[in-house]
Amino acid sequence: MPIIKNGTVVNDEWLSVDDDAALPADGPVIVSLSRWQSETDLLRARTAPLGLLVESHEQIADIETDLSAFELIALDFPTFRDGRPYSTARLLRERYGFSGELRAVGDVARDQFLFMHRCGFDAFQVEDGTGLEAWLRAVSEITIWYQPTGNAGGTLSILRDQLQAAE
Amino acid sequence: MKLEIISANRLSDGRVVYLTRDGDWSESIIDARSARSTEESAALLAEAERAVDDGIVVSPYLVSMADDGGAFTPLRFRERIRLFGPGTHRSATSKLSPQTGR
Amino acid sequence: MYRYDEFDHAFVRQRVAQFRDQVARRMSGELSEDEFKPLRLMNGLYLQLHAYMLRVAIPYGVLSARQLRCLADISRRYDKGYGHITTRQNIQFNWIKLSDMADLLEILADVEMHAIQTSGNCIRNTTADHFAGAAADEIEDPRVWCEIIRQWSTLHPEFSFLPRKFKIAVSGATEDRAALRVHDIGLQLRHNEAGETGFEVMVGGGQGRTPMIAKTIREFLPKAELLSYLESILRIYNQQGRRDNMYKARIKILVHELGAENLAELVEAEWQQVRESAIDLPEAEVARIERYFAPPPFEVSADADLDAARCGDSEFDMWLERNVNAHKQLGYAIATISLKPAGKPPGDITAEQMEVVADLAERFSYDELRATHQQNLVLPHVRKSDLFEVWQTLKAHGLASANRGLINDIIACPGMDFCSLATARSLPVAKEISTRFADIAYQQDIGDLRLNISGCINACGHHHVGHIGILGLDKRGEESYQITLGGRSDKNAAIGEIVGPAFSADKIVDAVETVMLTYLDQRQSGEAFIDAYARMGREPFKERLYANN
Repeated sequence: MPIIKNGTVVNDEWLSVDDDAALPADGPVIVSLSRWQSETDLLRARTAPLGLLVESHEQIADIETDLSAFELIALDFPTFRDGRPYSTARLLRERYGFSGELRAVGDVARDQFLFMHRCGFDAFQVEDGTGLEAWLRAVSEITIWYQPTGNAGGTLSILRDQLQAAE
Repeated sequence: MKLEIISANRLSDGRVVYLTRDGDWSESIIDARSARSTEESAALLAEAERAVDDGIVVSPYLVSMADDGGAFTPLRFRERIRLFGPGTHRSATSKLSPQTGR
Repeated sequence: MYRYDEFDHAFVRQRVAQFRDQVARRMSGELSEDEFKPLRLMNGLYLQLHAYMLRVAIPYGVLSARQLRCLADISRRYDKGYGHITTRQNIQFNWIKLSDMADLLEILADVEMHAIQTSGNCIRNTTADHFAGAAADEIEDPRVWCEIIRQWSTLHPEFSFLPRKFKIAVSGATEDRAALRVHDIGLQLRHNEAGETGFEVMVGGGQGRTPMIAKTIREFLPKAELLSYLESILRIYNQQGRRDNMYKARIKILVHELGAENLAELVEAEWQQVRESAIDLPEAEVARIERYFAPPPFEVSADADLDAARCGDSEFDMWLERNVNAHKQLGYAIATISLKPAGKPPGDITAEQMEVVADLAERFSYDELRATHQQNLVLPHVRKSDLFEVWQTLKAHGLASANRGLINDIIACPGMDFCSLATARSLPVAKEISTRFADIAYQQDIGDLRLNISGCINACGHHHVGHIGILGLDKRGEESYQITLGGRSDKNAAIGEIVGPAFSADKIVDAVETVMLTYLDQRQSGEAFIDAYARMGREPFKERLYANN
């Protein structure tokens, strides 16, 4: 499935590995949270980049100190109606300072891109039919936001401040 | 087995419509195509689902109709309200009562 | 009232353009109904029994004359010439076309209105005391904070896919007219010992299938930290609210399952971290919003003497008695416009009536109106010396029923006449009750009586908090009505008790009258129904209602 990242379609370099599958010798892999927790030392020993997959019902507070081990964190949306990954994303970016790739996977559709983007996702695993054009249009539909989230550009209070300062 | 017809809401304006003999959707229940067997009902529903995919209607379902030689009206009270409109704002020309369907 | 600045305007326009595109993609088939439904719900559009129903937001119930005229115009051009005031201070239109929606939203945007988040699993319209900014018992005006909450909650990217809908209410007076204790979050403005203003924060109230009274999780929250605290509550709810069962997904279930104290601890822990962020508004921004709610330029004058007018017209006297409340400013009053004429659907208002009311607001109430959750309208700032003229105009247009808070001031949901969720009709019951009790003298004799009717278990008619509540059910294909007694939504909020087996449609109005007669026979001097019920309990009513069984 295509990955949209930073406004362009990219090749997916990452391999998602099931819990019961053997890890490849090398190459960037994404493992589940439970695998990370049960095979921490083994995974830390790898030199290739490591990614983490977090299910919507999982909390990441327990692994706050582990986050520097990951270059990518994927948050799964089992259905687009499940809004938990939005909170997880904001916490990762704004509270724990995660600066790697934050990827939305699962039921990821055009009409949620904007919210995801605003919560700190910078990569989107999309359905085959979803073109880049749709993504670009979707994220530019609203440019003004009432709430300062991690990606704080366009926040109304900041815009108002700037206008005041200019006057 | 009772008579059944298909009722749905038209996508563009939300109005209640019935699947007709010609495969169209009409606001008039008299035009509705009847199903008289389980197979016929299933076929009606399948046709309605195709209309959903084509973006013509939403939420189609089967409605049981009275077939006693009287007025052609739904058995369920809720469906009679859907047919005749809300009691509070019924037009003066509507003569039938939702209570009796006659 | 709040006025959009260029950013508010730009935001709403962007939102309309986005929805226009979404509608087009739905009509072309690019979006399925399943994908589109949450998008249209977040713009207030429901698919109901007969057509699409649009719920336009009236933020915290505040409306200008210009906005009301626009709603009148919309009702004529896009609907059937009337609108319905809801139990959350919004207005509904029942016959809207999806194909007209984008244009309609543009017209609303022209007068600073919208239908954003009046449905869907997101934060809904924040409601307020409908006497805010005017009431004699006001501590501080809650509308400033309602506007702040409105902005913070609008298109919040983190909280747009909550487990379920989320409703917040705010009161700034000593009396709770906003039903705080049956909201997901109820906020009561108050002072602490140091005289600072803050909020008592109550969480987990609600009606529906499992009615519950909210619990206080924080006695005093400094008002400047409101948003960070709300953000903390919402985040805990978003993360931990149930998603396996839509009937167990409100925050009240989380409060019930965790316990209020545990939830309070979780919120406090989260809040300690959120407080550090940029979410709370700087003082200058709060002050900017506050300026919009400065009192109008009242005329400082002596109190008007209405005795002559009262003696001259007994109907006016009755209306003054019931529908006019004390104002904080000498010489002024708060006037309630009843949308409950006997025999008509509660809360409905025609386009013509909207225009009459808009004119009255402009001339006599500094251009301002309120919508109430009891489905009436209010002119908040009327000079007492103008009350007679206001009343005469209202009377000429069927808007002067002197029944505020009486049995005929019925709250009713649209019920099965309109709503696809309903199990019974509510409007015919409302009509028959109001006809039975049409004699104003009878209503006055009964006195304060809150009668609420819901057409299904979702309780949009707020029957759980009616002194008398009526719940319409489906009993083997027949409409069947269950009576609850003793509910209330004020500071002493309580859920009504089921009195016994349900009544058929042709027996329910007699049953209500039996309840009334039981009360009238046994009340002590001057005792209101709700107080008599507290004293008497359910048994005397139950006995009399089921005497023949």
